[in-house]
Amino acid sequence: MDVLRFTIIAAAASGLAACGSEPESRDVSGFDRDYQTTLMELLLDAEPGQVIEIPAGQFIIERGLSLADVDGVTIRGAGADETILSFAEQRQGAEGLLVSGSDDFTIENLAIEDTIGDALKITDGENIVIRGVRVEWTNGPSTENGAYAIYPVQSRNVLIENSIAIGASDAGIYVGQSDEIIVRNNIAEYNVAGIEIENSRNADVYGNIARHNTGGVLVFDMPHLPRAGFGTRVFNNEIYENNTDNFGHAGTPVASVPAGTGMLINAGDGIEVFDNVLRNNRTGHVIISSFFSSGWSDVDTTSDYDPYPESIWIGPNVYEGGGGNPDGLELQALRVAMFGPTGRFPPVIWDGYADSAKMVDGAMPERLRICVEEVEVLNADLPNDASEARLDGDNHRCTLDRLAPVDLGPLAGAR
Amino acid sequence: MRIWLAAAAAALLAACTAEAPPDPPAPRVVAEGWPQVLSAWGQLAAGGGELVLGEQVTPYDLNTALFSDYALKLRTVWIPDGAGAAQYDETAAFDFPVGSVITKTFYYPRDGGDLTRVRADGASMEHFDGRALDLTEVRLVETRILVRREDGWDAASYLWNDDQREARLARTGAFVDLTLVSAGDEAQGLDYLVPNTNQCANCHVTDTTDGRGVRPIGPKARHLNRDFEYFGRTANQIAVWTEAGLLEGAPAPEAAPQSAAWISGIPMGALELEAAARSYIDINCAHCHSRTGQADTSGLYLEPWEPFGPNFGVCKPPIAAGRGTGNRSFGIVPGNADASIFAFRMASTRADIMMPELGRASTHEEGAELISAWIDSMAGGCG
Repeated sequence: MDVLRFTIIAAAASGLAACGSEPESRDVSGFDRDYQTTLMELLLDAEPGQVIEIPAGQFIIERGLSLADVDGVTIRGAGADETILSFAEQRQGAEGLLVSGSDDFTIENLAIEDTIGDALKITDGENIVIRGVRVEWTNGPSTENGAYAIYPVQSRNVLIENSIAIGASDAGIYVGQSDEIIVRNNIAEYNVAGIEIENSRNADVYGNIARHNTGGVLVFDMPHLPRAGFGTRVFNNEIYENNTDNFGHAGTPVASVPAGTGMLINAGDGIEVFDNVLRNNRTGHVIISSFFSSGWSDVDTTSDYDPYPESIWIGPNVYEGGGGNPDGLELQALRVAMFGPTGRFPPVIWDGYADSAKMVDGAMPERLRICVEEVEVLNADLPNDASEARLDGDNHRCTLDRLAPVDLGPLAGAR
Repeated sequence: MRIWLAAAAAALLAACTAEAPPDPPAPRVVAEGWPQVLSAWGQLAAGGGELVLGEQVTPYDLNTALFSDYALKLRTVWIPDGAGAAQYDETAAFDFPVGSVITKTFYYPRDGGDLTRVRADGASMEHFDGRALDLTEVRLVETRILVRREDGWDAASYLWNDDQREARLARTGAFVDLTLVSAGDEAQGLDYLVPNTNQCANCHVTDTTDGRGVRPIGPKARHLNRDFEYFGRTANQIAVWTEAGLLEGAPAPEAAPQSAAWISGIPMGALELEAAARSYIDINCAHCHSRTGQADTSGLYLEPWEPFGPNFGVCKPPIAAGRGTGNRSFGIVPGNADASIFAFRMASTRADIMMPELGRASTHEEGAELISAWIDSMAGGCG
């Protein structure tokens, strides 16, 4: 029984069902159409250290904007509700704004709406600040929406704060293949994945609200990439009611996320989850799974890829409700079989895959273990088709050396 | 529209009667900045129904070309006297001296007299005699310039005027509305995109790790290693460049790498099919999809020396493809192009699905068929 793979089918069906009655996007007929040329010229002419101020207003942008290889640029609007760049009539470009190879880049106080593809992609940068930015698909959750809202990748020293991501058909706030990351005090809602950290090292995710997504906060490690991730701390977040049907595109990694997932760790290592409030996530509050449960169990992964989640510490969190109505018939059947018609999954669910090659005398070395404080753990026993699914909390009482806080220096201390 | 047509007709008439083509212009070193008009570079001059190459400006062609909405391309290279020669490299783009200018003029055969109605079935170089491009049957769209400055390469494009006599700097790019007519006389609207200067970087920053910014893509040994019909003679380009002092350090052409030359059609032999497909993928995809390129975030590496394994897409799940998956699970499913993300993204023209992301607004049907045929010819499957 492959629970997560099964949910791909469920997701596709619900995505289809969602079509037909979707709310409409923001009416942009009164938006300014002339400013876009000015903005494009400002980006083309940007000198190192330049501040590009975008005034309050609502602006149509028909082509993907880009900034390439200029350091020290700041793009600043008059507020996330005052300066709106609408891509509702975008004719060209896989992103709304693509920033590449530009260090010391800041974007703040503006909104990017309704891009065809990814909204804000920042690649190969160092010292990146995204602050007070709202990215939204104004028609609400839809498979037709662009994939990523806020998307820094292959960057170092990344701060995302006080920002809002709504409606992404993949991830609202997605940090990929990066080092030294702080994601704090943001709101991610009505995305497939609210906040996702993938193949990244040293990320602190705190003070955020992740609600009404399919999955609230995800930490993933994918194969075939130049680098593996390690070291993500998820703490002091409110992660609730992430029960939106999965509207991701089949084939994407997030399409296999069951609706009702609070926090999902897939194949990631070195992860701490503590002091969060997790509330009413209908499948489960914290799901810990290997790559084998993500729908590609037969993938020929590279030899240096580690498909197992290891060195995980689920510390004290507040858990309320949830787990009583999991996504997908097989998970429902498992819930009923184990806990009765009105029963709930416990707060933590583990797929049960462990790397026997790493075991010493039949047990995982202490530093690689999955440690869970206080609450019960469901071992779903997927390696054996759930035949011995069981409550297994007692086998997860352990402690790990704590990860160090991420220190971005003045970048994160400025306010 | 009517006024415009009359003007165009007058220009054509002038071209056919009195005006003689210009003499080859003298190329100029433009050490900084961007002149407002293309003619200021002295690389090309239009008039009298011809686009004439400047003195010592050498035309060239590639074995397999990047698809650009069926546009034909006239490529030239020029190195100032005394600047030295480009240094040969077996795999990377040649290292050109400061002052070098590379141009690429995008044009279409016209379908009748209308400048906006153009044909998708033109043949590369059929309007070019080695010295000049015959303008009586084609429409010039843009000329892109790459110039090697002291601190690296710079890029910008010039958009040709409707009178086809001059091109103006288009740093912010442009859309050109065209009607593209296929070999079977089917017409489709085309939003032809002239890239802005930052968009040049999206393809031409081929190494995101060394901080050297924009650089050429085409002038590599494997793409250039072919015969070219120069004025009055046909000869191998690498040999001619060496002879003319444009290139230093190159071996004899037989000893240099060579990509398959492919224009259209599905090669019958398995080896030829693979060679054509790999050559097509090299020139169309690998400037981003390499271990140093902008698409290295995907873990998909498509340079010709990469092994045919997971990082070439074989049974590889997508990373951040979004809608680009087309509900497919793997980049390449051997034996099944329909199930392969590769083929799906090549066939699409949606901005968030299509590959390449930039540089086309139409589907390269022949290219998509080539890659699909190659994938379908493989044995296997995934899982």
